[in-house]
Amino acid sequence: MPVTTIDGHEIHVDAEGFMTEYDEWNEELGKSLAAAIGVEMSDDAWGAIRFLRRDFKAEGGHTPTLRRVSTVGGFDTKKLFEMFPKKPAKKMAYIAGLPKPAGCV
Amino acid sequence: MTSTAEAIIPKFDDDDETEGVRKLAIICSKGNLDMAYPGLILGNAALGEGVELHLFFTFWGMDMIIPGRMNELKFSPSGNTAMHMPVGDVRIPQALAPMPGMQPMATKMLKKQIADLGVPEVPEFLAHIVASGGHLHACRMSADMNHVTLEDLYEGVEDIINASDFIELTAGAQLLFI
Repeated sequence: MPVTTIDGHEIHVDAEGFMTEYDEWNEELGKSLAAAIGVEMSDDAWGAIRFLRRDFKAEGGHTPTLRRVSTVGGFDTKKLFEMFPKKPAKKMAYIAGLPKPAGCV
Repeated sequence: MTSTAEAIIPKFDDDDETEGVRKLAIICSKGNLDMAYPGLILGNAALGEGVELHLFFTFWGMDMIIPGRMNELKFSPSGNTAMHMPVGDVRIPQALAPMPGMQPMATKMLKKQIADLGVPEVPEFLAHIVASGGHLHACRMSADMNHVTLEDLYEGVEDIINASDFIELTAGAQLLFI
């Protein structure tokens, strides 16, 4: 498992760079991860990231898909595309320190 | 940033506009429940990857965008030799497939299987695709055949276009016919 350093934080990641250790994450690190991929974090964006963290834990280790973030988390799909441009599901997962969502829909 | 030069960061490849935006067009020509989903699932996945998406509804696929029909798509085991019973690994004999009651039963079964995976029904799926920035187009000839205008179609449909418009619209796009 590769170890990489993002903004001074040493973290375990997969081959692509997604974090593999849930407990290595904190919001300060999340900020650095967002900066690393050029995403600006608003309050709403943090709301979505916190939902991902909660839902992942509650669902036994499954990263929610974009549709789940919208239907279960209650976040507007259009806004998610604005906050995390082009690839919202993957970018949210990255910032939240979770694996890419495995579900199709 | 004090990260080392070799920091591992996913390449989202979304700031490279040099080769133009990737574009996918899917022609949805079927109105059976099972054949409605491939286009929806792939189209939705494309949007999630930052790909520009156009869904073109034609012939039987028009049922996917006609309110009153779009949530009533059916699945028939008739002519489908890959249809198995829910338990065991028993194929439904083709002689039984057209029997009364088979189609409603098969439709109900398939709808349940899809719902169990958290995959939405057709209208909700289309709404999600539109909210994600996907474009829906209806076929001119099919609209004329069905005697419908844009007002009669699902609200997310942008326009009714002819074959030439579609060819023009999909310049440089990857195409899927379903």
